[in-house]
Amino acid sequence: MTDSPGSAPEMDLLRFTTAGSVDDGKSTLIGRLLFDSKLIFEDQLEALQASADLTGEGQINLANLTDGLRSEREQGITIDVAYRYFATPRRKFIIADAPGHVQYTRNMVTGASTANLALILVDARQGVTSQTRRHAYIASLLRIPHLVLCINKMDLVGWSEERFREIRSDFEAFSARMQIQDITYIPASALQGDNVVEPSTHMPWYEGKCLLRHLEDVHIVNDRNFHEKRLPVQVVIRPHSDAHHDFRGYAGQVAGGIFRAGDPVMVVPSMKKSKVKAVHGPEGETDEVFTPMSATLELEDDIDIGRGDMIVGQDYLPRVDYELHAMACWMDDRAPLRKGTKYLLKLNARTTRAMVTQIAFKVDIETLEKDRAAQSLDLNDIGRIALRTLEPVAYDMYRRNRSTGAFILVDEVTHQTAAVGMICEPLPESETEPPEYMI
Amino acid sequence: MEGYRLSHLDSLEAESIHILREVAAEFERPVLLFSGGKDSICMLRLAEKAFRPARFPFPLLNIDTGHNFPELLEFRDSRAAELGARLIVRTVEDAIAKGIAREVPGETSRNRLQTPTLLAALEEFKFDCAIGGARRDEEKARAKERVFSFRDAFGQWDPKNQRPEPWNLFNARIHPGEHMRVFPLSNWTEMDVWHYIARENLRIPSIYFSHSREVVRRDGQWLPVSPLITVRANEPVKTLRVRVRTIGDISCTGCIESDADSLEAIIAEVSAARVTERGSRADDKRSEAAMEDRKREGYF
Repeated sequence: MTDSPGSAPEMDLLRFTTAGSVDDGKSTLIGRLLFDSKLIFEDQLEALQASADLTGEGQINLANLTDGLRSEREQGITIDVAYRYFATPRRKFIIADAPGHVQYTRNMVTGASTANLALILVDARQGVTSQTRRHAYIASLLRIPHLVLCINKMDLVGWSEERFREIRSDFEAFSARMQIQDITYIPASALQGDNVVEPSTHMPWYEGKCLLRHLEDVHIVNDRNFHEKRLPVQVVIRPHSDAHHDFRGYAGQVAGGIFRAGDPVMVVPSMKKSKVKAVHGPEGETDEVFTPMSATLELEDDIDIGRGDMIVGQDYLPRVDYELHAMACWMDDRAPLRKGTKYLLKLNARTTRAMVTQIAFKVDIETLEKDRAAQSLDLNDIGRIALRTLEPVAYDMYRRNRSTGAFILVDEVTHQTAAVGMICEPLPESETEPPEYMI
Repeated sequence: MEGYRLSHLDSLEAESIHILREVAAEFERPVLLFSGGKDSICMLRLAEKAFRPARFPFPLLNIDTGHNFPELLEFRDSRAAELGARLIVRTVEDAIAKGIAREVPGETSRNRLQTPTLLAALEEFKFDCAIGGARRDEEKARAKERVFSFRDAFGQWDPKNQRPEPWNLFNARIHPGEHMRVFPLSNWTEMDVWHYIARENLRIPSIYFSHSREVVRRDGQWLPVSPLITVRANEPVKTLRVRVRTIGDISCTGCIESDADSLEAIIAEVSAARVTERGSRADDKRSEAAMEDRKREGYF
């Protein structure tokens, strides 16, 4: 689509999330990616040196590059998600760099929500820790399609293949209980630069790619759902001008599938049928629009469609219901989530009121154990809930569509974003549900 | 599905259009901050694309410091006229006269004074959302800011109390008197902006291109000679081929030596640059948390 002279090179976009705490070498790793791909600028370097934050080894503290808030630098911790950008000739990268501590689970969830890939660091000396498990669980919960377990500080274990294999099989035993499609294991030393941007010379036994190469190559197009057409309507465009007197366009970001003129469609939740008359992309009328383009559709029939409705294909329909089940992460520090409380629910462009009808269980995100006696979800808790809505809403299972299966709950009084939710199937009657119902 | 790959610019464009449409749907009186600078030029194009064939449903607002590059004002006015958009201008000069903004002795730059001027303008027109062109790659406090960034009744940003912003679900709820700043270009980099300007063939103010200008060396940068600065005895005035990389208050916006006279040349120069664009803004160099502090008070 971008072929005008002097335009940007044809590269795509990969969003990845990292999470970690102070000592696992995450900042050094990110710093190494930026340094070695020459993306730290002189004035940033100057500011780092000016802050006189030299480590014992005489190195600049790269964490100061990402810890942008005063309180973060004062406390020496990462509180909020920081977004960082770099590009290679093949790809542009957006890093959502999230804090790793359990008290910032909500920030981690936020950072993970849009990621194509999760990068989890393990200290080769310590192996898989409760933090590793927590991060992997969140990646799995948020359905990040690709995960890289980077086993860092290999220099401190004598570049040992045996240690690498040991950690790998530990993680495999744990991740088998989760839904992660693609896991890659990379042994590295961020400090020395091994297998980050350049392949390592210390570990001839490792035949895989170095981290940056993997990030450039990982295949992400097919992670999107191209089969189930979904256009959540954000705004109705009516120009009221002489040239476009009868124009009525339904505008939104395509959340699934491909729309072409002539496609039979249905509007949900009203279930009215029509046909696509014309599709418009950012350049105007075009042959087809596909996820994740921002588009505008014209339909053959003059039916009542407004913000919050969704235009879908007639073959694969979303669920339309007053009831929905979800895994939710509680984010409000003022009050816990309790059964019977009412919130505003925002799902795509639809906002409606919803009441919590059930808290099925709370998950201990380090052991994956379920507390079925839980009466509430507190800040950073993750659990299985059920909601009843004021009006019917259309949605998909989050595992089929990360856009039409996700929602937020907003406190009606404080307007805080109180929870994020990922919609899943109702729990079966039996107590022994298969593991995929976890998430 | 290999044919259904979006380039990074197309992905960013899709995201920004989505954000602008959310603003139009969720707020009663949104306004788009348009300075005539390169970022707001991109925003205007995105706004055009988001609502066509209709016109975008926001007026434009510019907070005029009075310390301007004249080329910028000409550009601002002609671009707004070309689009048939309503342009509201509120000046720092006027805010000082009314006592809304107060000058501090010894401070030449008017960047700080833009904040009370902006807040007064939002109040005057009852705007509940101001769309700005800030990007997260500009500065590290911005790297942490939300796309929908909440401002309390005093117009302040509280970095420790930001709303979680998962997926593309933006919480636009506010109480009367509060407002939202929305940044559709949050995930764009300086390079993306230039590539987009080139791809969309957008007109930009002439001062972005190489031109001859009288400058003096001050605080490690080439400062334009204008009636607003006093050239000191030890500062020889030189005429150099320069351009601006970012445009702010003329009394503190450094020029860079450059022969880049085309978009292609600017892109080549930016890709080779070893200093961030904010490195040429003296106002950001004051302290490590200069931007965070100004943002907390309600700056753009």
